[in-house]
Amino acid sequence: MTTLITIYSLLGIGLVASLIKSKEKTVKAFKIAWKAFLKSAPSLIAMLTIVGLTLGILTPQTITRLVGVEAGFTATILASIIGAITLIPSLIAFPLAGSLLRSGATITTISAFVTTLVMVGVVTAPLEIKELGKRFTLLRNGLGFIAALIIAAIMGVILT
Amino acid sequence: MKTLKKYVLLIVIMLVFLVLIITTPDAAVRSSLVMWDYFKEMALILPPVFILMGLMEVWIPKNQIQKWMGNKSGIKGMAIALALGTLPTGPLYVAFPMTSTLIRKGASYTNMVIFLGSWAALKIPQLMVEIKFLGLPFTITRFVLTLTALILIGLLIELILKKYPDKQWLDKEVIEKAVKS
Repeated sequence: MTTLITIYSLLGIGLVASLIKSKEKTVKAFKIAWKAFLKSAPSLIAMLTIVGLTLGILTPQTITRLVGVEAGFTATILASIIGAITLIPSLIAFPLAGSLLRSGATITTISAFVTTLVMVGVVTAPLEIKELGKRFTLLRNGLGFIAALIIAAIMGVILT
Repeated sequence: MKTLKKYVLLIVIMLVFLVLIITTPDAAVRSSLVMWDYFKEMALILPPVFILMGLMEVWIPKNQIQKWMGNKSGIKGMAIALALGTLPTGPLYVAFPMTSTLIRKGASYTNMVIFLGSWAALKIPQLMVEIKFLGLPFTITRFVLTLTALILIGLLIELILKKYPDKQWLDKEVIEKAVKS
């Protein structure tokens, strides 16, 4: 809700200012917006369906079962792979991480899950590649994954 | 071959969905519900975002972005990228087209990695939820470590892309620019 208010107020202010200054440039902005939208539409649809599939298959219960039965190193790796692949809204992800922590998962495992979740986006990769190129996307996500594992290890040492 | 490649992803998705309908109809229903939710969200958020991008493209001069977030912007550029990323401005898929516009206007790769990273990992509303469920020490430690990692990754990607530029992507951008003007 706050997001929508922020974006639409920005749009309102921007549009009024733009229309006052130049009508032609405003029309041009709309044309650019439409072209950019058409360009991203296929990747957006792909992302939408992949998010639906991953969340439909990997429910919080399934993740708990997967991460919960394993312990130590295997659990951490499993958690980081699940985190890297899925795109879970924070209102679901953090309560899930909290309950995993209380039911006995280690800090390292939970950090690996949370950090890969927010730093690596496999489901958003098609869109990222389209907008920013293959090389940038692979580097950003690949290095992000390695960094997430290192962060998880450090957090395990500091916080336990 | 090129058109085939375009549809491979879509065909794979359809197949997975089909298998899901047959094997676990429950999961198929859940998936459809999630897709519908995301579709509604995107239908509300994306139109204003694309129009704002169009306005940015038309009104913000290139040297301005270059001065704020370009190669020579230093710590100030990083701070701007971090501040813009942490604002409550919506889901990550909004950030990719914006980043593309900013790069074309002269923002550095380092700052864009920080921008995207803080958008995804250090967003203020998200941090609030994190504090509530995982505690303040966890959240602060993750914040500091993640920010450090983002800066290092950003600098590294800048170095790599300077040495081995993504020619395929750059060429495509140049062509699109030529078509636009």
